[in-house]
Amino acid sequence: MRIVPILAVAGLGVFLAQVALAQNAKTPEELQRQVDELNERVAKLEAALAALQASPPAPVGAPATGTVQPAAPASPGATDTAAASSKVFNPDMAVIGNFLGAAGKNPVDPSKAFEMRETEASFQAAVDPYARADFFLSFSESGVNLEEGFVTFTTLPGGLLVKAGKMRAAFGKVNTLHTHVLPWADRPLVTTNLVGGEDGISDAGVSVARLIPVPGLFMEATGQVFRGDSDNVFASRRARDLSYVGHLRAYRDITENSNIDTGVSYARGQSSFVDDHSTLVGFDATYRWKPLQRSIYRSFLGRSEVIWNKTPRVLGPSTGAGFYVSGDYQFARRWFAGARYDASDRASDLSLRDRGGSASLTFWPSEFSQVRGQYRRTVYAGDEVANELFFQLQFSIGAHGAHPF
Amino acid sequence: MRRTISLAFLAVCWLAVAPAHAQGKLNVITTTQDLASIAQEVGGDRVTVESLARGYQDPHFVDAKPSFILKLQKADLLVVVGRELEIGWLPALIQQSRNAKVQVGGEGYIDASAGARILEIPQGQVTRAMGDVHPQGNPHYWLDPENGKTIAHQLAQAFSRLRPADRAGFEQRLAAFENKVTEAEKRWMTAMAPFKGAKIVTYHRSFPNFADRFGLDIIGYVEPRPGIPPTPQHTLDLIAEMKRQNVKVVLVEPYFDLKTPNSIGQATGASVLVMPPSVGGVKEITDYVSLFDYDIKLLTEALRKAGAK
Repeated sequence: MRIVPILAVAGLGVFLAQVALAQNAKTPEELQRQVDELNERVAKLEAALAALQASPPAPVGAPATGTVQPAAPASPGATDTAAASSKVFNPDMAVIGNFLGAAGKNPVDPSKAFEMRETEASFQAAVDPYARADFFLSFSESGVNLEEGFVTFTTLPGGLLVKAGKMRAAFGKVNTLHTHVLPWADRPLVTTNLVGGEDGISDAGVSVARLIPVPGLFMEATGQVFRGDSDNVFASRRARDLSYVGHLRAYRDITENSNIDTGVSYARGQSSFVDDHSTLVGFDATYRWKPLQRSIYRSFLGRSEVIWNKTPRVLGPSTGAGFYVSGDYQFARRWFAGARYDASDRASDLSLRDRGGSASLTFWPSEFSQVRGQYRRTVYAGDEVANELFFQLQFSIGAHGAHPF
Repeated sequence: MRRTISLAFLAVCWLAVAPAHAQGKLNVITTTQDLASIAQEVGGDRVTVESLARGYQDPHFVDAKPSFILKLQKADLLVVVGRELEIGWLPALIQQSRNAKVQVGGEGYIDASAGARILEIPQGQVTRAMGDVHPQGNPHYWLDPENGKTIAHQLAQAFSRLRPADRAGFEQRLAAFENKVTEAEKRWMTAMAPFKGAKIVTYHRSFPNFADRFGLDIIGYVEPRPGIPPTPQHTLDLIAEMKRQNVKVVLVEPYFDLKTPNSIGQATGASVLVMPPSVGGVKEITDYVSLFDYDIKLLTEALRKAGAK
């Protein structure tokens, strides 16, 4: 019986490919015109060739019996061209370094004094006229991890955007963001406690996103099916233990200077902690302000996410909740100040609740590097207190990446 | 499960056979208002044109707002400035547009810089130690009216390719636009002629094509390197150089802070002009020709005053 859905999906794929190809087909008139044009060009070329053959041959230098010829001046140029043309198809490559220093005391989750937290290498390019590929390799000090690696079909009919591969799931905002684009040196407590920490919900699978036409709104619905393995959230014990993620995003420009971006997320899979399903629900809201004419000097971004994680337990409560609220204000071309408040239950023991607050200051020497200081105070389960100071240095080389939005 | 999949399959089939586009107006989206103005001149009432960025906005730093995705989704043509001007924001929008036509290399993707005269193409090795350099040359090439005509020519060809029935109309409008610009150019050249070789300073490298066409000599920039904000030492060096060469005009794009330019102006006696490099930079600049009208009037008045001093 399981073969039926697979056949249906395969049939759908073939059908979509045919539709995509058919869009490039030409009408007979167009083809006729092309043939006519080509005939004309062939005639011209033949005439030119005849003229060349009629003229005496150009001197070709030393006779054939001469010594070995030094490389003709044209050949280095030719190899250059060959090398250049093979480079043309190299993907856009960039490497981003994330260096983190920490001071202070944390009895629950201690940080290292210095750490090359992450080195992310990205490779991005078009595959063919129908798809593009994006790879993000994340190197820690001890190993490599495929942070994301997926193909995106960009030209499907019906307003669909389909991705396949390993990717960060479309659950809320922070879960979709790479570490280096976050406005903090860490991730919020709710992510660490309930949504798998640094990597979050990130898994191999298929994602389908479609725009929903609603006047005056940008609305996008995303459905994703994953294998069901995401550290500290989902663990797939059997092949059929898939996980599912759904996200509905609504965005609206308030004025040309401000906008509001909201989302509802849902995720379900086999829990990493107990042999049962975990269900996660999240709401996210972002307000952005950026006066267009002064956009490089002033901006504000306020964001909040509330997340519930329901996992049946033998003892104690089975639902944990957490949230964060954060604000980041840009007060000069290269300076940002930010604050964040955190509170979250712990997935490992939902009766424990952690709270915390952070203040940060970020300086961008250029678009390609940033220096950040962050003070963080965390109260773990109501008694253990951690006061920490983070120093973060991020730097990128290679292709110019997209500015985060 | 089977039922869900068959339903999904049917839904996709229905979406796929949605009616083909009627031969209505061409929907043209441009990244900047300069390109929008030229597209409107060439397309007339056979096209609808909309620009993503506003003329008073720094075109390097435009937010990739999802509302732009909706505009790209419905576009027949996307016209970009190119030369990596939009590299920080446009690729993400194109990728999510779900529109095969406007993908790079698609039939509706037009890089307006093809065929234009491009200056400051870096020679030798390019590194970010030079600041945010554009490896394919300076992208502010539309500030040469000759390049404006080249862009118009390219757009007329693209419009005709997509709407062959309207070819004659597009060509007629192209000729009218070219004539209008050629006529205006004579006026602009005459106005600028007395100031040939005048030395100026600009904030960012936005005006090389403009200076080249109208005979200005840019001796320095308020930014020490492209994309790097002014530093005290560089500002002092620039003031000294401006005094040495007797530079009396500083041009600042409308989206930059006036604090440093104003202090340079005070130290050197130079006038600081907010000079829009784009259509829509100020309200009075409504189209491509009035962009030059406005800028040249602003500039000649300041240069005349400086000369009279």
